Formats: sequence, C-alpha cells, structure tokens
Amino acid sequence: MSAQKSLMGRFRESDFLYDFKRSPVTVVSFVIVVMLILLAVFADLVAPTNPFDAGSLNLMNGFTPPMQPNAFTGETFYLGTDDQGRDLLSAIIFGLRVSLFVGLTAVILAMVLGVSLGLIAGYRGGWVDSLIMRAADIQVTFPSILIAMLIFGIARGLLPPHMRDELAITVLIIAIGLSEWVPFARTVRGTTMVEKEKEYVQAARLIGLGSGQIMLRHILPNVLSPVLVIATITLALAIIAEATLSFLGVGAPPTEPSLGTLIRIGQDFLFSGEWWILLFPAATLLALALSVNLLGDWLRDILNPRLK
Amino acid sequence: MKSLTTRLAVGVVAGVFVSTLASAETIRWARAGDSLTMDPHAQNEGPTHALAHQIYDSLLQRDMSGAIIPSLATEWAALPDNPNVWRFKLRKGVTYHDGAAFDSEDVVFSLNRAMADGSDMKELLSSVKEVRAVDSHTVDIETHGANPLLVNNLTNMFMMDKGWAEANDVMTPHDVAKGETNFATMNTNGTGAFKLVSRSIDEKTVLTANPNYWGKSIYPSQVTEIIYTPIQSSATRVAALLSGEVDIIQDVPVQDLGRVSSTAGLKVGTAAQNRVIFFGVDNADGPTADLRVRQAMNIAINREAIKKVVMRDQSDPTGVIMPPFVNGWTAALNEYPAHDLDKAKALMADAGYANGFDITLNCPNDRYINDEAICQAAVGMMGQIGINVTLDAKPKAQHFPFIKGGDSDFYMLGWGVPTFDSHYIFNFLVHTRTGDRGSWNPTGYSDSAVDDMIVSLESETDLAARNATIAKIWAAIQAQQMYLPIHNQVLNWGMKDSIEFAVQPEDQPHFQFLTFN
Repeated sequence: MSAQKSLMGRFRESDFLYDFKRSPVTVVSFVIVVMLILLAVFADLVAPTNPFDAGSLNLMNGFTPPMQPNAFTGETFYLGTDDQGRDLLSAIIFGLRVSLFVGLTAVILAMVLGVSLGLIAGYRGGWVDSLIMRAADIQVTFPSILIAMLIFGIARGLLPPHMRDELAITVLIIAIGLSEWVPFARTVRGTTMVEKEKEYVQAARLIGLGSGQIMLRHILPNVLSPVLVIATITLALAIIAEATLSFLGVGAPPTEPSLGTLIRIGQDFLFSGEWWILLFPAATLLALALSVNLLGDWLRDILNPRLK
Repeated sequence: MKSLTTRLAVGVVAGVFVSTLASAETIRWARAGDSLTMDPHAQNEGPTHALAHQIYDSLLQRDMSGAIIPSLATEWAALPDNPNVWRFKLRKGVTYHDGAAFDSEDVVFSLNRAMADGSDMKELLSSVKEVRAVDSHTVDIETHGANPLLVNNLTNMFMMDKGWAEANDVMTPHDVAKGETNFATMNTNGTGAFKLVSRSIDEKTVLTANPNYWGKSIYPSQVTEIIYTPIQSSATRVAALLSGEVDIIQDVPVQDLGRVSSTAGLKVGTAAQNRVIFFGVDNADGPTADLRVRQAMNIAINREAIKKVVMRDQSDPTGVIMPPFVNGWTAALNEYPAHDLDKAKALMADAGYANGFDITLNCPNDRYINDEAICQAAVGMMGQIGINVTLDAKPKAQHFPFIKGGDSDFYMLGWGVPTFDSHYIFNFLVHTRTGDRGSWNPTGYSDSAVDDMIVSLESETDLAARNATIAKIWAAIQAQQMYLPIHNQVLNWGMKDSIEFAVQPEDQPHFQFLTFN
C-alpha cells in the first residue's frame, strides 16, 4: 500500500507530469484520446442504436439530415443517417471501436514481432542479423499500405468465401501488423547492439545465463522507452492504414463499418449535398489520428534526453 | 499596327476554333465497369456487348430507339416454301479491319463459334439446326421448327473473320467461368465503325474510326476516336463529367442527377431501360428450397423503400423478372406483393425457420445502378424476418463467374432482354441447366413440363398459341417464386450539351449514331 502511494507521489513530482501539464496541446490530445477510447469501449451503453444489427435498420430513415426530422418517418438523429438509414452517431461510435481495436492489436502484433526480431538481430549479429535486416530493408522499399493490401488479398484468396467476413478484421490486423514491424526492429536492433557490449550483459554472460534469458531479462527492459514512442506513432499510422484499406473497400465489411468504411460510403454523396455522411466520420478519424500523433510526438521529446 | 492586332486575333480565334473541332471528334466515354472480354461470343453481358458493338457488327442491329435495322445483312426473310429456313442477303464490299473481305463463310463460322463450347451466346441459337452458305453473299439458317423470332436473337451475334480466327487459334470462345483466355480476349478484328488501338483492362481502352467502315455514308459517323475509361466510384465518375474530363457517362449516380442537369454545359438523357434487377435464390437445397421461405423473402423486400431511398425514384418496382418492353409482359404479372413483415414471419415459422437462418448474399458492386446499396438494404430487410445475411460484394468480373459456377445460395443479377421476347429470359434463366440451355439458372429450379414448353416456343408459328404458352410458363415460375424481382432500371446518361445522342433502351451507345451540334 505504502509502496503504491510513494509511486503515486513520485509520479506527481516527476518531470513527466510537469512537462505534460505545461503543454496544453498534449493535455487536449490526451483528453480527446481518452474520451474516444471510452466511447469505443462502452459503445453498447453509449450509442443510441446498434448499427451492426441490420435487421433493426429502417431504410426509410436513409439520408436524414442532422437534427432534422425524417420526411417519411419523422425520426430525428443527432448526426443524421447514412444511405441505409443507420444512425451516424451510433455508426461512428461503433466504427471507432473497430478502428481502435484494429489499430491497437495491429500495433501490439507489430511490436512483438519487431522487438523480437530486433533483439535477435542485434544480439546474434552475423548472418542472422543480415537476414533479418535485409528483409526489413526490402519491406521498407514498399509503402506499408501496399504490403497490407498484398497480405489482405492473399488471405482473402485463400479463405473460403463464408469465412471472409468473419475473419476480415483478423486479416486486417495481421496485414497491418506485418507491414509495420520494421521501425521497431531497427530501433531495438541498434540499441541492443550498444547494450550487449555493456558490462552488465558481459557479467550475465559470464555467470552462464542463456541468450534468451539475457535478451528478455536484461537487454529488453533497457530498450523499451524508444519502443513506447514508436508504438504510439505507429498506432496513429495503423488507424489510418485501417481507414485507408476500408476506404478502398478491402477492409471492414459495409455491414459492420469502421470509420474508413463510413468515409467511403459518405464520399458518394458529396456532390449531392449530403455532407454529414462524410464529414462526421472523417472529423472523428482526424481527431483520433491527430491526437494520437501529437501524444506520440510529445512522448518522443520527453523520453529523449538529447532533446531536452 | 491595328491591322496586325486584328490579324493576330483572327488567327488565334481561328486556331482555337480548329482545335475545338479536332478535339470535339474524340469522345471520352465512362461507365462503372469494364467489358469482361473482347471475345465477342464469350460473355453475354451488357457492357461487354456495348464495347463490342463499336468494333464488331452483327447481321442486324437495333438503332438508338431499339428498332431492328440492317447491319451486315441487308435483307432477310423466311423461305416461302420452307418456314424453317431464314435466308440472309449479306452486304457487299465490307472488309475487316485487317483488310480481309467479309463473306458468307464468316457468317457460318461465327454462328457455329457462338454455338460452340465455352460460348455464352448458345441459348440465343438453341433453335438453330444448321447454318449454310448458299453463295458468297447469301446465308441460310435452318431451325429445328419454324422460328418466327429468330432475327431478334441475332442483334448481339457478332461476325468474326474465319481466316483471322484460324491464324490466331481462336476458333472457339474462351470459357470465362473456367478462367480461360485466348488471343481474342485482348485483340480484335471486326467490321465495325471503330478499330481497337489499345486496351488496358479496367483502365483505358482507345478506339479509332475505321476509315473503310461500310456505314460511313449511312450514319453520321462524326466520332473519330473513342477513349473508354471505366470509373467504378460513382463520386469520381460524376466528378470526371463535371470537370470535363469525360464527355459522356452511361450511369449518372441517382443522387447526382440534379447536380449534373443543373450544371451549365451538361445534360441528362433519361429512358426506361430494358433491364430487370432481381435476387436469385437456391430452389433446390437449403432453407430457400422451401417455397414458403422464398415467399417470405419476397414480401420482406420493401420495394417502395428501395425505390424512394436507394434509387431516389429512378426505378420501376416489379413483381416479375421481365421489363415491360418484353413480349409476354402484363400489368398483372408486374404487380408486386405488399411489403408485409407479419405475414413473412408467419411463413418463416410455418416453414420451420421461426428463428431464421444464416445465408450469404453475393452481389456485384460495379454493374447495376446502386447494386451494392440495394444488397445492403436487403441485408437489413432479411434481418427483419430473422434471416442473418452476410454480404459478399465483389466486382462483376469475379461475381458473374461465381454465380454461374452455381455456388451461390442468394445472389443479385440483372437481365436485359435484347430479343424483347420472354423466350430469352426462359432459355437462360428458367430452363433446367443442360449443356446448351439454362446456363444462367444456377438455382436448381427444374421442371420438365416448363422445359418442354420453353423449347416449344422456338417452333410455334401461331403467335396467339405462343403467347398463351408464354403466359403459362410465367404462371408456373411465379407460383414457385423462383426469383425475387426488385425493379426495372431507369437509364440516366450524363453528357455534354454539344452531344446529340439518344439514350438507347438496352444501354448500348452506338457511337456511329452520335452527332455534335
């Protein structure tokens, strides 16, 4: 109990919190991200309707403008409805959940993969290092969205049709995860190469610890802080990658839309003046991606002593 | 000084004038989807025929109003002493794009090619017994019985050069459902108004006017070049028209009709299309094999809502898979049942599916007007009676072979009727699947009495008796709720004011008819 208190106390007096409070942009970004995450987590409780339940939709509610009663049904929606009569507010909240879930899990996948490969490459050196890092070099020559589309395409081709929609989200996560591991691997490898020459690693090696244990127990904790920064920035990238894939029609299915899918639907109605279908999901995506990015930037500055 | 300025000005004006004239002869044409193949007999599909019509000719064709007019045949009639034989007089002096002469050998070859394995045009010629060359410019087509409507089946039956086919090993069409391709998939040699210059699938196809075209003096023939670009996204397609990047689009999205027609320099041509959109369901296996389930699905579809919201009134809801253009159509058949969820749920319960079932809906997303949006709406409507639908929307290039493969339990299809007769619908969509009939009937529906009646239509010369049989077949199909009809499409072509072009009910622009004003 007391240990925890002192931890809180230490946090309250830390540079970290001090810097955080002094940066209004960061505070605002943080609040936005927390709010959006809470909305996504408690979507079932917060959203007025469940937009994924196709049977509950009334097509006659389609194209209702925000805050105006529908011409046929008389129902009113805060942010209006899309072409299928889905309440946009609910669709955005549920879409946010899809986007954040895909983004977070994809980043975790990329992180686990990148950190492991980076550790092995940096620690082992030699041909293992060459192999892993050349693979990374080759991968970065392609834009990551292209890699994600390639993986997505292959996976869809291999899956039987009835499983495609069920596994669309999983495939999306794997596709984005596999396309974003390189920055993690490169950073971790560099730091590992520096760390492995230090005395504490040499000492660990002398007392006969295995390489796995040295990597995980001794080196890993010392290379984590840059990983945290990359993870935050990659999260923003992953959310945008998911939106891009869905916008291109290869991501989340239209019956269970993510933010990108909603934007794709909305862009068809820009010329006809039904602006709300595009604007609200796009604004939400912008707020989310921008806030996460600003947080990541701030974290990078804070955790890098050379920038202080 | 002054005269120099004037002269300069005149020069500039003249230059601008000349350059507009030159560029005005190029037509930049866009629609949602590309042609599926350049092989004229491999796919019986609207956009495929629409592009093929620029390059290849058929014996007779429909003009922009839909009336049958001569093309490569100048005269045709059944022989007075034998009604089973139609005699066609061929146009003389016609050459292919490579210079070879067109003659009766090519007609015999082309019609046999269209009846060969791999052809998607077989059903149109199922009444044909033999095609014979009488002399170099006369051809006889003998049918199994007298077929008074044979000529209606020939408007999309394109003529290829036998020598060219032999030289390039394209004696038979490639089977699209099996994923085959051949030389003719990407190369052409027709007698049509335009020659293929270059083609990049789903991107751009360039055609140039055929200097030796036989119809040069018959049609206005003002277009010298066609640049055809499929643009799947409706917003992008409309933006291309609004910005002047393209001159004509065949499918103005319904939500943008007001915007396009109120834009200066643009107009919208509207016409009812000879095409019906419907859902196919498995009639033989699974929950939909139960008639009550199909009836429940049929009345769960809210056609009025689809018309109002998805189509913005640009459709004509129907209860039968037959557009009003077609012989056999009646207002009674066209009537659709009221949307009735309670009755639908009761039917589902009767059939033992009170808790519904899972099914996948296969849908194209670049073929019909708002195809994917209609399917999405259907997902919701089926959900209201407990049917949990997974939507699988794909480009038509993947959708059509999948449907034809017979693996779909629930799918969207549209059907245009180039012959303007019910027999065409029956032979492709209703007849039991055999080698040469029923190729687009993957539903498993099979009724030998109906099959016999369909075949009998091909040799029935008494039109009253024929129409009675047609009505009987429709009654049988409707009683079984074989298909779930949605609506007939309305065409909206968006184009520049400077173009004079009638909207053709088959959605086929024939660019030799286009004039500039």
